[in-house]
Amino acid sequence: MEKAELLELVNTKLKEKFHGSIESAELLYDFPVFVINKEHIHDVLSFLKNDEELNFHFLTDLTGFQTPDEKHLGVIYHLHNMGKNFRVRVKTFFPMANPEIPTATDLWKGANWMERETYDFFGVKFKGHPNLKRILNVDEMNIHPLRKEYPLEDQTRDDKSDKMFGR
Amino acid sequence: MSKELTKRTKLEIAKSPEGLEGPGFFASKLEDVIGLARANSLWPLPFATSCCGIEFMATMASNYDLARFGSERLSFSPRQADMLMVMGTIAKKMGPTLRQVYEQMAEPKWVLSVGACASSGGIFDTYSVLQGIDRIIPVDVYVPGCPPRPEQIIEGILKIQELAKNESFRRRDSAEYKRMLNSYGME
Repeated sequence: MEKAELLELVNTKLKEKFHGSIESAELLYDFPVFVINKEHIHDVLSFLKNDEELNFHFLTDLTGFQTPDEKHLGVIYHLHNMGKNFRVRVKTFFPMANPEIPTATDLWKGANWMERETYDFFGVKFKGHPNLKRILNVDEMNIHPLRKEYPLEDQTRDDKSDKMFGR
Repeated sequence: MSKELTKRTKLEIAKSPEGLEGPGFFASKLEDVIGLARANSLWPLPFATSCCGIEFMATMASNYDLARFGSERLSFSPRQADMLMVMGTIAKKMGPTLRQVYEQMAEPKWVLSVGACASSGGIFDTYSVLQGIDRIIPVDVYVPGCPPRPEQIIEGILKIQELAKNESFRRRDSAEYKRMLNSYGME
């Protein structure tokens, strides 16, 4: 199936059930991308997985991101139906002040560690996650390092002065 | 060719420690003899986490052959090792493990920090990387380089041998040494 056809198919099905919660549906870099309202993200994911025709039974990847204006965070889901080789990308945005989103671990077990990673690096709180704690960074870390408001460099170094390194 | 080689090679005979020598006997300080024995049979514990570890493999292999310097036997248990060789980037999450390995080693022990990452964090000036192992354990000799060549690693080990040879017998009981350990939060 052509990508454009897949986009059309999924879009029609979603519109039927979740009219108004689809913020956009387009082909980006030859890949169908849907932006879904945060309130309905879990219902939409559940529908995409359980619909008989679409049956996106595999969660390829789940990760977070921050918008360049530093006001919103987002979570992105890559879904795959291996039998028919359907692949779509589902995004959702939410304000940084309230980074809470329902977990996808009840749909795909594989979301467990990916959500922990997203929590670790972006501070997204997945409601209903069975074990939401840091996975890669040290437990004592008190920042979410991939957010732009936190500096990338180690803050305990004092041998690099602005004079020498132009910071 | 072999003739030429023997002609050109200048052999240095290792010096014996200071002492009284006569026909059939040699008297010296026990400290010097023990130092000599320790220096020439250091058991290294390789703590290799990245590319410096690859250079260490070359150091152990036949071309460079660390066994020539009495470090034939690698110890993979910290309890039997004399020299901790830290080679590679140490992430902050690895820090407590490295510290535990150091604490499990029996005195006397020496630490060799190989490469830019272990010595200072190197190019990884980032939130997840320890900016030099000397923040958590005391280091005796630093080997610079990214990664250093095997010759440099051997030079570092020879420097540690010098330390072992000349170390006072009571150094590890001294108040100064205890203070140094205390500054790292160790007993």
